[in-house]
Amino acid sequence: MTAAIHTSVTPAAPGVVRSRSHLANVLHRLVRNPLAMVSAGIILLLILMAVFAPWIMPHDPFATSMLKRLKPIGTPGLPLGGDELGRDLLSRLILGARLSLFMGIAPVILAFILGGTLGIIAGYAGGWLNTVIMRCIDVLYAFPSVLLAIALSGALGAGITNALVSLTIVFVPQIARIAESVTTAVRRSDYVDAARASGASALLIVRKQVLGNVIGPIFVYATSLISVSMILASGLSFLGLGVKPPEPEWGLMLNTLRTAIYSQPWVAALPGLLIFITSVSFNMLADGLRSAMEVKQ
Amino acid sequence: MSLSPRPAPVDPRDLGGPAQPLLIVRDLKKHFPLKKTGFGLRRERLAVRAVDGVSFTLLKGETLGVVGESGCGKSTTARLLMQLTRQDSGELVFDGQTVGDVLPLREYRRQTQMVFQDSYASLNPRMTIEDSIAFGPAVHGVSRADALGRAHDLLARVGLEPGRFAGRYPHELSGGQRQRVNIARALALEPRLIILDESVSALDKSVEAQVLNLLADLKEALGLTYVFISHDLNVVRYVSDRVLVMYLGEVVEVGAAEALFERPLHPYTGALLRSMPSTDPLRRTEEAPLAGDPPNPIAPPSGCRFHTRCEHAQAVCAQRAPRFVEVEPGRSVACLRYEADSGYALPPTPSQETHHV
Repeated sequence: MTAAIHTSVTPAAPGVVRSRSHLANVLHRLVRNPLAMVSAGIILLLILMAVFAPWIMPHDPFATSMLKRLKPIGTPGLPLGGDELGRDLLSRLILGARLSLFMGIAPVILAFILGGTLGIIAGYAGGWLNTVIMRCIDVLYAFPSVLLAIALSGALGAGITNALVSLTIVFVPQIARIAESVTTAVRRSDYVDAARASGASALLIVRKQVLGNVIGPIFVYATSLISVSMILASGLSFLGLGVKPPEPEWGLMLNTLRTAIYSQPWVAALPGLLIFITSVSFNMLADGLRSAMEVKQ
Repeated sequence: MSLSPRPAPVDPRDLGGPAQPLLIVRDLKKHFPLKKTGFGLRRERLAVRAVDGVSFTLLKGETLGVVGESGCGKSTTARLLMQLTRQDSGELVFDGQTVGDVLPLREYRRQTQMVFQDSYASLNPRMTIEDSIAFGPAVHGVSRADALGRAHDLLARVGLEPGRFAGRYPHELSGGQRQRVNIARALALEPRLIILDESVSALDKSVEAQVLNLLADLKEALGLTYVFISHDLNVVRYVSDRVLVMYLGEVVEVGAAEALFERPLHPYTGALLRSMPSTDPLRRTEEAPLAGDPPNPIAPPSGCRFHTRCEHAQAVCAQRAPRFVEVEPGRSVACLRYEADSGYALPPTPSQETHHV
């Protein structure tokens, strides 16, 4: 009987017609979405700006000058004006992109790994393990994210690392819940049953059969959290719980410039404008990804 | 309709010879607990008795049809046979070896495979056809290149040209093509038993016939044994050597397909057969053969579970549960009418002579 099926084990023929993979299809649709592409362009520019900040800053972002305090936009030598200590605002905004983007992206990546793993384990295992993991997560989920971030940062103390930890803890439950629900749906599908029937171990089934089907939705959701993370991080800095002065960070800059809102409103609004543009861009990209993935095949 | 299966091709895995049943199912039970109601001592433990003591034997090389209306436990039985759901009690003996004891589960799964009803849902949408088929062999240690080669051979075997289909995704195939892929995947582990759970029910008639022919050819060539679960009585009659009738989690009748269809013994089997629409306008079904829905499997009726809908029910049927007895060679039925001294008063009609067997 063995011989009956496999009289000749032909090597995988090279002449096989291959269809475009799901990922290629998603990217193909994404590049046809103008809004998503503009957003991706803005994000790319911001990232390039952050990476090459030391080379493109016109001035030393830490050099103070009493003579250049709160100068308006367009002052010679100060293209975007001066801040409350007379530092060049353009240079500070450029360098600030580093910390602001970092605080937007890093907690989401950490939470994506942690929350995704927890959610997939809970979703695939089901039963009591699911109950234990998901009830613990529900406890954290019950707090509003802003309140939780402030409480955790307050308890841990100011500083970038502590802000990173507290923001990660804020996002883990949200991502874990999404991961759990999509994994639960996939676990009940016939193709997972078929894989179990082939004798594969749970780990192998999760790796080969489940992951490819759940990672997309989890990733899209995580992308949409980047803007929230940036705003929360800015909020923490604004409250003095995140980045410490004189490090430039958009949220912190917004805080220190707020006293100048009546004398130089345009200058004071610039860091907020950048936060706004960045978070909208990330949201638009996340929306584009979502619609590119949601196409029914 | 022969009861004795054809001599199977020589297979080194065949331990007990042709006389040893391929699978003996003993008193399989699966109750799904419901959410508990009430608190403390008033808590009730309710359960859906999906499969409630199913026993049967499966001979080597035969096709056993399993019929019954929706909710009678057909699919749960299939999942128990595949061990996708673990039974509460009861055992499976595969070719003389107890599954999970003498025969490890992993080894049993290699020899038993399943084809599901929904051809699309049973293929991973993110995997190419060849990867889906090659997954099983790869799990059992076949190298990727060999597993892919095997996948291509199997695709050719089920009538799909490997060059055209191997690199495609499930959504690019038609329902019939996908079900062929599912059959190829089931064959990839070289099983001896294939459970077909409504495998052709979702296909349209012409495609269904093609797939049935493919299944018959494969069975012939590879010496397979099938458990064919379907609600389509015509198809079951066409493909099966023997037929098993289920009602509310229990087996009510087993017999050779032709004999069972020609002369049903259990009143439920009779009612089920009468519900088959005839293509002959002169044999139009005039009245609804079975009234109402099947009773609640959480609290099944006392005695014979069918007595609430049975046209022959007597008072004794509500009190006494019928035993499953062999009334003639190869023919077993669970009905008090065929049980000696059951207390059932038989009307003296010549058609009831089987009572005395």
